[in-house]
Amino acid sequence: MKRYLPSFFSFLLLTVFMELLVRQGAVGESLFPAPSSVFKTLGELHGEFRQAFFETLLNVLAGLGLSVVFGSLIAFIFSLSDLLKKSILPFAIFFQTVPIIAIAPLLVIYFGFGSPTVIASSFIVSIFPIIANTLMGLESASASQKDLFRLYQASRFQTLVKLRFPQAYSHIYAGIKVSAGLSIIGAIAGEFVGGGGLGAMIDSARTQQRVDIVFGVLLLLSLMGLTFVATLALINKVILSRRPFASLPQE
Amino acid sequence: MKDALGIRIQNLFKSFPKRDVIQGLNLNIEPGSFVSIVGPSGCGKSTLLRLIAGLESPTQGELQLSPQPPSSFSFVFQEPNLLAWRTVYENVALPFELSGALKLISEEDKHTRIMNSLKKVKLEEAVSLFPHELSGGMKMRVSLARALVSSPQLLLMDEPFAALDENTRFEMQNQLHQLWQEERMTILFVTHSLFESTYLAQRILMLKGEGAKLALDHKVDLPFERTEELRTSESLNRIVRLLSERLRE
Ligand SMILES: Nc1ncnc2c1ncn2[C@@H]1O[C@H](COP(=O)(O)OP(=O)(O)OP(=O)(O)O)[C@@H](O)[C@H]1O
Ligand SMILES: [Mg+2]
Repeated sequence: MKRYLPSFFSFLLLTVFMELLVRQGAVGESLFPAPSSVFKTLGELHGEFRQAFFETLLNVLAGLGLSVVFGSLIAFIFSLSDLLKKSILPFAIFFQTVPIIAIAPLLVIYFGFGSPTVIASSFIVSIFPIIANTLMGLESASASQKDLFRLYQASRFQTLVKLRFPQAYSHIYAGIKVSAGLSIIGAIAGEFVGGGGLGAMIDSARTQQRVDIVFGVLLLLSLMGLTFVATLALINKVILSRRPFASLPQE
Repeated sequence: MKDALGIRIQNLFKSFPKRDVIQGLNLNIEPGSFVSIVGPSGCGKSTLLRLIAGLESPTQGELQLSPQPPSSFSFVFQEPNLLAWRTVYENVALPFELSGALKLISEEDKHTRIMNSLKKVKLEEAVSLFPHELSGGMKMRVSLARALVSSPQLLLMDEPFAALDENTRFEMQNQLHQLWQEERMTILFVTHSLFESTYLAQRILMLKGEGAKLALDHKVDLPFERTEELRTSESLNRIVRLLSERLRE
């Protein structure tokens, strides 16, 4: 907990600083709302905020969940063949650089308005880091470890399950961590075009010039991101305390 | 104890794309003997061991283990090669999980054999520790226990003690020799240390030069029991001197 104190204080300090800045009239209220008015809006519209938050959260969780399941499944299958692997890895890396906001409109055409588009958008951006990292992790066993398994005539499947997968653990974890952040971005992009959730809230606040709402949403989004990171770190810690998969020092 | 394995190598060639490492090697290894292999770095010692283990296939020539398969051998690498996420016990149990030939053994038997081989390397106290909780010497002993759990008739060892400090290395050497005296499996032991090769082996092979020619095949004439006094004895030193001269020639 102590580690987070400095960042908590800097957040607090920044908030107070912004508050003063706005009150002194150094920054216009229409450009940057006073933190106090953001909190006030959050309180007044808490019903709407809560509904939008949980709608987005559900879609993000669905998108991320699908990514983890399908991403690792695809990586597992492709890792069994060198040819397949070589044919997908470049795409997995390349697709990470395609901006989701450019694809999102297409998704509306395919899936219509609402959740399916949002989930698809979240899924598409978050699956590639999982594929790429898992594939790389599955390759990370050392030559002599592989030799050891060959000496005992381990089958391909045994080598995958008993050597390559556990050896890939820390890569997979890193991949999921990246994907967790991206899945939120993907969902928001999806909601911009497909409607619903916090994304749509930003969009409509934009048309009404309500910066305080936009900032309220941003606050909730970073809260969501932080919760994800903290949850993943906790799960990782529990797993590592039982099985020391990672050879790297723990974070 | 099952019969130890003998090795017969005839006119063996091994080429990699850029180098012909072994050219026309002939060699007979007696079952139950302790043979060490020395030679300059890069001369092909590891390659020879890997050929015998079937990790590489010969370009040409014959390599026979007798008696014929199903014969069992184990390989001990320079690194302990342990799986970080498995306890000492689980690491030693690995061969039972992988090798088809060993799967048929009953669970009870497996347990007895795992505990036995951990006892042989004096690690029965450490069964539930993970590799990151072990010292370098302990890791190597786990690696050795894993090699022993399949009751190998041949033990191939590639510079297993090279990374250990001197005290630990001496201790490991004594343990290994003791083990060999009790079980009399065949041991092929690659090392850079001329002292180590002399102290442990009955026979020393020196590979050298282009094509890993057999530069020396020396029968070690030392008392069967290895004692600490032997390490500094004149008779051992004489052999080391001979090896050292041959190596520099
Ligand atoms: N898989 C491989 N592909 C290509 N060349 C190889 C391969 N393995 C070994 N070599 C080459 O074969 C030669 C012998 O290597 P080897 O590892 O057998 O030597 P060594 O006697 O064990 O050396 P050291 O004492 O340093 O361990 C070296 O020149 C090495 O570069
Ligand atoms: Mg070598």
